[in-house]
Order: sequence, then C-alpha cells, then structure tokens
Amino acid sequence: MPILEVRDIEKNFGTLRVLRKIDFSLKKGETLAIIGSSGSGKTTLLRCLNFLERPDRGIIVVNNEVIFDAMDPDTQRESEVRKKRLHFGLVFQNFNLFPQHTVLKNVTLAMELLAKERPNYKQDKKAIMEEIQEKGKNLLSQVGLSDKLNCYPHMISGGQQQRVAIARALALEPDILCFDEPTSALDPELTGEVLKVIRNLAERNTTMIIVTHEMDFARDVADRVIFMDDGVIVEQGTPEEVFGNPREERTRQFLTRYKENSGNGSNADC
Amino acid sequence: MNDIPVIISRLSESFLLNCRLFALTLLFSLPLGLLIAFGSMSRFRPLRWLVRTFVWIIRGTPLMLQLLIIYFAPGLLDMAFSWPGGTSGRFVAATVAFIINYACYFSEIFRGGIESIPQGQYEAGQVLGMTKRQIFFKVILLQVVKRILPPVGNEVITLVKDTALARIIANKEIIMMAGEYSSKGLIWPLFATGIYFLAFVGALTLLLDWLEKKLSYFRT
Repeated sequence: MPILEVRDIEKNFGTLRVLRKIDFSLKKGETLAIIGSSGSGKTTLLRCLNFLERPDRGIIVVNNEVIFDAMDPDTQRESEVRKKRLHFGLVFQNFNLFPQHTVLKNVTLAMELLAKERPNYKQDKKAIMEEIQEKGKNLLSQVGLSDKLNCYPHMISGGQQQRVAIARALALEPDILCFDEPTSALDPELTGEVLKVIRNLAERNTTMIIVTHEMDFARDVADRVIFMDDGVIVEQGTPEEVFGNPREERTRQFLTRYKENSGNGSNADC
Repeated sequence: MNDIPVIISRLSESFLLNCRLFALTLLFSLPLGLLIAFGSMSRFRPLRWLVRTFVWIIRGTPLMLQLLIIYFAPGLLDMAFSWPGGTSGRFVAATVAFIINYACYFSEIFRGGIESIPQGQYEAGQVLGMTKRQIFFKVILLQVVKRILPPVGNEVITLVKDTALARIIANKEIIMMAGEYSSKGLIWPLFATGIYFLAFVGALTLLLDWLEKKLSYFRT
C-alpha cells in the first residue's frame, strides 16, 4: 500500500503550464529522487505537495486519506491545510533557518507551538517542554551538531545550517520528508556532510522525496527515480532503469549532457 | 520675575508638555502604524486603496495644517463632537494629530521592513504548521524590528523636535514659553530651549544605540 499517491496534478502560472499529468506513488520507507534540468517543474511539484502552491488539478492522497483535491474546496481551507501539511516536511535549498533563534530553538520552536494545542498543556507544561528540549537535542546529535545547540545560524557553516534544517524538519515527524535541492546552495566541500545525513536517513527507511542535481547521489541512495522535463514526468523507474538503461530519448540526452558537464566540471568556472 | 531659576523652572515645566506629547504619540502611533501597514498591504483591494490614499493625504500635507484642522474643524463644522475646553482640549487635539501623522510615517517604514523579509521565512514557518499569527510574532517581527530600527530612530528624533509645533493651537510648550521672554527682550531662554532638545535627543540616541547592540546577536 503506497503512503503517497499523486494523481493527475496540473499547475499553471498564468498561461505558463508548469506541471502536467503528474502521476506517481511512493511506498513507506522508499526514497524517491526527482531529477531534471532547471525549470522542468521539480521544485514546483515539491511545493505543491507541501501546500506552498495550490495545484489547479489533481488529487494528493497520504495514507489513504485525500489531503488535497483541486475539485473539493473543503480540502483547501486554511485550518485544514495547516494540519495536513504536517504529513510532509520540507528542507529548502536556502535552509531558511530562523536567524534570531538558536540552533536548538530552530528545531524546537514548531514543537513548542504545537504543544500549546495539547489539552494537557497547562498542567504538564514543564514536563512537555523538557521532553521537547530533549527531543531537539537528540535530533541535533543525530545530524552531528550536539556542540552547536546554542549557536545562532550565522555562526555556523552552510552545511551545518542545512543539517539544522533537516533536524528541524524531522522534529514534527513527517510521513514524507522532502528535499528541494538541499546541496545546491553549498560550497562543494560542504555537500558531503549533508548528503551523508540524508544517506543515513535513507538507511533508516525514512520516506523521502529528493529533488537533486547530484546524479551519483541519486543513483546511489534512491529506490526510485523520476526524470522530469518541461512539466511532465518523462520516465520513472529504479535507478538502474533510469540511469543505466533509459527508455526515453530525452532522458538519455539529459544524462549525457550531465556527464559531459561533470566530466570537466571540476575546473570549469562557467 | 526675570531671575534665572524662575525662568529655568518655567522652561522645564513647559518642556514637560513636549515630553508628554512625545511619549503619548510614540505609545499610540507605533501600534497604529503597524495596523495601517497591514491595511496598506491588504489583499483586499478597496481597503488597500483607502489606506494608501489616507497615508498619501497625511504625508502630503503639513503637520501644522493637520493640527489646525483637527483642533478647529469640530467647532467650525458644527460637528456633534467637540474637544474638551481649555488647555486639556488643546493638548488632546494636538496628541491626536501627532498620533495620526506619525502612525502614517511609521506604517511605511513597517511596510518596507515587513516586505524586506525573504519569502522563505514565511514558507519555513508554514511547512512547520505555524499559523499566520505565530509566523508573524515568532519569526518575522524581531527581524523586522532589527531592520527598521535606524529609520524608526530617525522618526523618533524628528518627533522630539516636532512637538514644538503644538504651539500653533496654543499649547504652551517650551519654545512658546521662551518666545514670551524674547518678546520682552530676553534672548537667552530661547537658546536654552536648544539645550533641552539636545539633551533629550542625546539620551534617545544612546537608547537607540543600545537597542541596536541588543539586536546584533543575530543577522538577517
């Protein structure tokens, strides 16, 4: 039984058709990599899943529950959306940490705010808060940042910031964790530490969707791969199928172009 | 009558009016300015249009004119409403005019500050299930405060000196008081008022510097 089903998603920005006929599903514990050139709609797709964009058509089902239906306005009410988006976590390309909060507070803030909605919050405030602090510290040690709890985001490197962002997304225990080009804003020497954390999560069977330009990483870590071009899914399958033996001409072209660029990419500036 | 301690105590007394006007204006125009800023950013077009027109009118006409209109209009236009009589009425009218005027200036500073916060900050809050209110108060507001502190400081310092305009509707503020002495041929009280303003602004500058330093622990 799939944990996520996306049926016939379509999204337009004005007259620009960004996504068309997006259909895929994802099983619990699977890692899905979405590859494709810039402007192919990968990021928009992730943003649709996280309710940052509203698809013009289509249905999103999580755990057999329809959480979005473009035809059903009831699924789009603000209060509903707020709860339903918690099925998903999102790690942004630019981290988007909260600059005025410490590393630990970045991770715990959302948990603290949600805890206020618990019925027993007033009586058990102290215990709940302690539990949240503990959880935040655990998550940060999971991403190797136990020594940075009290730092502010500007005091740590980009790779460390992105690891905080991953811990922050994990804090609310989303069913599906999404990554939007998590290493694109990082210096090359910092991508490794972030990819390592993501790889760790994959090994623990975290359900993930990763939009990435890191082909080798996608091939290595993903259970399934989707190649997108011009707003449609051109091809999907296992990494062996998509990378090793692509059926579609467009996929082949994209992968060839990528290989050519990365082959001499190490000393090419532009 | 003309000995120095008496004059100084009367100047100080009248400067209290400037101080009261300053404090009340700040107290009410800052939150009102935030409200106006939200209005001018509203997605509901008629409201946005209305608020921006209002801001245009207030920023586009002299504060002195606004003081006169707000003080005299109720009586001259036979409105049901009127200011209380005597000095308190004049002071309340001046305070109201100042609050409206400064709220409009503050609103534009707030709007600029709020709109300068990257969209990603809102989105990060949204995907973490925060409400709009939580995002504003827990994520956005402090970043805005940090960014707008210098221009707000400018306005606050201008406000100190603008309080002298209250004399146009016969509020006995410090320059009006000193003017009475100069019309009797005594010039130094007029110079002395400058010292009051300088001291007040000096203290404010220290306070603003301190606030800025307080907020330097993070970077936006």
